[in-house]
Amino acid sequence: MAEEIKNFLYLNRRAPYGTIYAWESLEVVLIGAAFDQKVSLAFLDDGVFQIVKGQDTTGVDMKNFSPTYAALGDYDVNQLYVERESLEERGLTVDDLMHLTWEDEDEDWAEKDSIRVVSRAELAKIIEQQDVVFSF
Amino acid sequence: MAIEIEGKSLETDEEGYLVNLKDWVPAVADAMAKEDDLELTEEHWEIINFLREYYEEYQIAPAVRVLTKAVGKRMGKDKGNSKYLYALFPYGPGKQACRFAGLPKPTGCI
Repeated sequence: MAEEIKNFLYLNRRAPYGTIYAWESLEVVLIGAAFDQKVSLAFLDDGVFQIVKGQDTTGVDMKNFSPTYAALGDYDVNQLYVERESLEERGLTVDDLMHLTWEDEDEDWAEKDSIRVVSRAELAKIIEQQDVVFSF
Repeated sequence: MAIEIEGKSLETDEEGYLVNLKDWVPAVADAMAKEDDLELTEEHWEIINFLREYYEEYQIAPAVRVLTKAVGKRMGKDKGNSKYLYALFPYGPGKQACRFAGLPKPTGCI
């Protein structure tokens, strides 16, 4: 059976808590990754808060699912684009984000960065190259 | 549904997974294994404990492909392969081992 590998991009634009969008997106990504598609994620607008480090949900009565982003590398999801302008508009830098990595099995499990900060213009080009784009 | 462990009745879902992760004690795994006609060995426990650690760290139960890779990394290629894991857990190392470990059904398991 010939299977076509498509490029999937998941756009994450909303804050992690308060709505279910961020967690739903992450679950869909993990399920989708089981089907051998080429999956990448983009974080923009308030979505950049999803991967900010040191999250504490004690006050909001929602599960802190931020540790799950660190599992993306295990699922071969290792292209995480973060829009520079969205970070800047919120007073954030890449140092405020979790250090998300993946391990390259072909290079004796060498640890490599998953996050790439890109400009709005670059992200627009990345979106253009996709076969399927999901917006959450 | 429910499973009787050490005199307590623990709630399970329609597929036999524990509803409350905190209910888990090792006897849960033994009881579930017995229902599946399995006797848990040290090799089974190695995988069950590994799954519990994985959940603790990432808050998800890994899909079988991910489990296989992670076991391979931690315990070597002779254990990190489907043949070895399916021999231990014939109903699927993801689904069955996660159930024994008291975790939800793996994320990415349909």
